Amino acid sequence: MIKNESLLKIKDLTIHYVTEDGRVRAVEDMSITIGKGETLGLVGETGAGKTTTALGIMQLVPNPPGKIISGEIIFEGENLIGKSPAELRKIRGNKISMIFQDPMTSLNPVMTVGDQIAEVIKLHQKVSGGEAVIKAQEMLDTVGIPMERYKEYPHQFSGGMRQRVVIAIALACNPKLLIADEPTTALDVTIQAQVLNLMKKLKEEYETSMIMITHDLGIVAEICDKVAIMYAGNVVEYTDAESLFLSPKHPYTIGLFNSIPNIEEDVEALEPIKGLMPDPTNLPNGCSFHPRCPRATAACSERQPKSIEVAEGHFVFCLLYEHQLQLGGILDDQKID
Amino acid sequence: MTKRLIEAKNLKKYFKTKKGLLHAVDGVNFYINEGETLGLVGESGCGKSTTGRAVLRLLEATDGEIIFEGENILEYNKQQMRQMTKKMQIVFQDPFASLNPRMSISQIIAEPLEINKVYKTKTEINRKVKELMETVGLAERLVNTYPHELDGGRRQRIGIARALALNPKFIVQDEPVSALDVSIQAQILNLMSQLQKEFHLTYLFISHDLSVVKHVSDRIAVMYLGKIMELSDYKSMFKTPLHPYTQALLSAIPIPQINVRRERIILEGDVPSPINPPEGCRFYGRCRYRQGICKEQTPELRDMGQERFVACHFAENFK
Repeated sequence: MIKNESLLKIKDLTIHYVTEDGRVRAVEDMSITIGKGETLGLVGETGAGKTTTALGIMQLVPNPPGKIISGEIIFEGENLIGKSPAELRKIRGNKISMIFQDPMTSLNPVMTVGDQIAEVIKLHQKVSGGEAVIKAQEMLDTVGIPMERYKEYPHQFSGGMRQRVVIAIALACNPKLLIADEPTTALDVTIQAQVLNLMKKLKEEYETSMIMITHDLGIVAEICDKVAIMYAGNVVEYTDAESLFLSPKHPYTIGLFNSIPNIEEDVEALEPIKGLMPDPTNLPNGCSFHPRCPRATAACSERQPKSIEVAEGHFVFCLLYEHQLQLGGILDDQKID
Repeated sequence: MTKRLIEAKNLKKYFKTKKGLLHAVDGVNFYINEGETLGLVGESGCGKSTTGRAVLRLLEATDGEIIFEGENILEYNKQQMRQMTKKMQIVFQDPFASLNPRMSISQIIAEPLEINKVYKTKTEINRKVKELMETVGLAERLVNTYPHELDGGRRQRIGIARALALNPKFIVQDEPVSALDVSIQAQILNLMSQLQKEFHLTYLFISHDLSVVKHVSDRIAVMYLGKIMELSDYKSMFKTPLHPYTQALLSAIPIPQINVRRERIILEGDVPSPINPPEGCRFYGRCRYRQGICKEQTPELRDMGQERFVACHFAENFK
């Protein structure tokens, strides 16, 4: 595990949506840390709570129905929860910025792309209008868009180019933390490769820390240092990328790996995870994965698993590993099949 | 002996737009053997879905032939075509948009049976609906539910049940798992391959996801801007892609493995406009091996031996 100064520390974060149909436990007791220059992958399927976590960090959870129930979000030593809207506005788009999945809906269709970049700069930095325009042109150049296209509108750009514009806006103020919510999901694979390359380059150049929200383990392997796997609002496994790929521990993580068609070898049939995602307003008791888990025992439906450190810096939330905890030591890397 | 079930010959579909003629599908040739899956991959706008629809005559082709069991179905009249559609079905990408929200599950599955008057009595229809639901793994208790009550995976099962209702021989799968989560995606892919074996189905599987296409297909056709660039069995294609576009496409897939370093070919720019495309190779502007001839002469899909076809002037160099 990479050890350096932490930039963002989330402690026991719990976010619920209170709706007429019941209470959705979108994020439960989440604790993660991101160091300077580090990229964390937040992986999970629809409804796992990835986007809610991101919105929680930005303090943008729609309220009502959403509410941060408890926890702390420590960014550069200060708790973001409880900050005033004015203080938060100074942080958002400046120190923490976000890239959304769909580049068409996150850009203003009646404003030129250049002006949209300059707007962020003017808002957060004490610069004149002219200086902001020059800076915006530089940003366009950084993300590989010719400066001549400054005065064009979003609809004149292709999907990949639009996402570059969004990245330029997000990076315009040189943020400490960049949250990218499925930034390449709407893009074709050759364009995805371009955008990922760009993000990697920028990460190295500016030492920006990143949270990469994705459902694609291929992207995680490519770009992330650490990974948190989420299921139904809970982090189920949290470790560095290498440990995750070489020795995944949680049955859900293993199920995810078995579900993806392997491009390198031939498999006759995939081994999908049986069943469906649980109803978020009515999560199963105990471990919320137990009804779908091939290794579930009676205890799994009774008790919620706590964090267990199976190897240094490798945390699993699964009762299977509890006996290892009682044995009092870190175990060697054995794989569950 | 393998028998050809369906064959597209010089298939073309143009759309008239204000800016000019859009060449969505521009002279595509392929065949699919009985019981086989042909994967059709490409990026958005390459014409793969249009091809799938033109093959079923959901869109009228501008030119070319579709030979199904030896006959050109583009010459069929409405009556003949109605008989034909029983044998050819389609499963759509978005199970949220392709099901009528005001019909119950049983009504949706029964509709093709009723339209084609397959059974005389309601009891027979109900029995068939139950049977179909069981085949695709839908619980019987869901029979009176509506699409909005179900998740994406179950909805896609309904789409499949409906496509199977008339005992088709050929199914076009148009991005059937793209809207689903990976764990559900794997369930649906397994279901499809199991059904294929059980009913001896022939698939045209359209997708942008190369790892999915490789998993399901016997042979794969790669499309770019309305043309097939390469067509071959999946093994050879992934081992030695012969077209520069296939090479770039394969190298761009993020592989879920750590410490694997590959050379990645990053293509410059975007896919050009399919409206009034210029002469020459469609991939010219983004190809790293381009030569003078590529701009002047459109490369045809050539037989490279061993059932491999490539549309590149320099394909021999990549062998």
